[in-house]
Amino acid sequence: MAHRWTNTLTRRDATPYEGFLNRRQLMAGMAGLGLAGLAGTAARASVQDMELNSWEEITNYCNFYEFGTGKDDPAANAGQLTTKPWSVEIGGLVDRPGTYDFQDILSEMTIEERIYRFRCVEAWSMVIPWNGFELADLLAMAGVQDGAKYVAFETLLRPEEMPGTRYPVIDWPYVEGLRLDEAMHPLTIMATGLYGKPLPNQNGAPLRLVVPWKYGFKSIKSVVRITLTEEEPPTSWNKANAREYGFYSNVNPNVDHPRWSQASERRIGGGLFARKQPTLLFNGYEDEVATLYEGMDLAQNY
Amino acid sequence: MIDRLNTYLRRIPVWLVYVAGALPAPILLYMGATGALGVEPIKALEHELGELALKLLIAGLMITPLRRYAGVNLVRFRRSIGLLAFYYVCCHLLVWLLLDVQILSEIWVDIVKRPYVTIGMLGFVLLIPLAVTSNNWSVRRLGPGWRRLHRAVYLAALLGGLHFIMLRKGFQIEPLIYMAVIVGLLVLRMPARARRAPA
Repeated sequence: MAHRWTNTLTRRDATPYEGFLNRRQLMAGMAGLGLAGLAGTAARASVQDMELNSWEEITNYCNFYEFGTGKDDPAANAGQLTTKPWSVEIGGLVDRPGTYDFQDILSEMTIEERIYRFRCVEAWSMVIPWNGFELADLLAMAGVQDGAKYVAFETLLRPEEMPGTRYPVIDWPYVEGLRLDEAMHPLTIMATGLYGKPLPNQNGAPLRLVVPWKYGFKSIKSVVRITLTEEEPPTSWNKANAREYGFYSNVNPNVDHPRWSQASERRIGGGLFARKQPTLLFNGYEDEVATLYEGMDLAQNY
Repeated sequence: MIDRLNTYLRRIPVWLVYVAGALPAPILLYMGATGALGVEPIKALEHELGELALKLLIAGLMITPLRRYAGVNLVRFRRSIGLLAFYYVCCHLLVWLLLDVQILSEIWVDIVKRPYVTIGMLGFVLLIPLAVTSNNWSVRRLGPGWRRLHRAVYLAALLGGLHFIMLRKGFQIEPLIYMAVIVGLLVLRMPARARRAPA
């Protein structure tokens, strides 16, 4: 079931990438829209807060350690990745386990645009117009069984095309996980595109997870395996350093990373003299997702 | 061969080392302001300056072993290399303070609460008296004490290398190479010191 969540903005309102509008006009345009769309999810974020990052910014400043640890390494090295053909192995506690061809998945899914804030654990952020479908729809395709409580994800590991995996920066392949209710949440999508174009390799082509209320590393890229499990699955950064990276990793300005503050963030694109801005609880999606964590100590379950 | 190299090196005026060595900072600042350092120029600038400081500290540590084991004499440039290292530490620190952290209260919290910042800061503080006494008057005035004081650069280099290792995510090779070079250069000095020690 697509379209369970509606953006506060659509592409027609603001795309610096297409150069139709300069930023000033864009803000004015968004202000108008803000009034029009006031009914639904009004108090979400300020208009300025949702100014889109450019294609250039989104595709040249990436963490994808399979292609190197530098921010520009993925853009430089990911071009050699073969993404056709591509298939995803869905298994574990599902009714219809198997290897699903990417094109077959696409033909079953409804692609929609989701403009999300993206907050990296390193305290930088962007606003990104993703194209994709809800993970819940993909899981429904495989049929989730009653006993399933978690979803485990795995990134492709192909050292001949991924030069970064020749070094033991972390334990390869990259793995991530969500609780089933997080995975089924309408905000959680599998992204297949950006700005209406296919996802560039450095951003996790052809298929990646996007969980906008969690730190970016939870949004695992270039997914080849999805497994429904009863136990909490291991996650890469938690395995590398459990003190610094928890299973939940929800964006939370009140829980610092041991090595830096998470109270504020720098929006990419502001240049050399960019000011920092306050980080929002659940990255600004508190209204939508806070109920998932009712009664949980967020400092304990970081 | 080495003699000829030393002859050429003697012809290089020291002021040229200062000027050429100081230039990358304003160039990097200009690149950051014009987009040549990528879409997040603040971190890029901060990291470039920090790595330059570390490289110059290492260069300073190489001068004695180069003379001792290869016969290459760069002692004339040691002061300029040391002062340039301090210059880049200052630039790195200024970018961190003014462009990166920005918020005064957060700066203090970072220094006290974040071990990698504490260690970097310690290295910086340790370098201040060395920079201040990097002149002929201080060398004369302090006598043998000057030499002892300037051994603090060994510790400062180790702290710098540790600072670099601690701020990376995951297991990364680059900072470990820096640290290995620093430790290696310090080890090279040890037997010589032991030899000089009175029996």
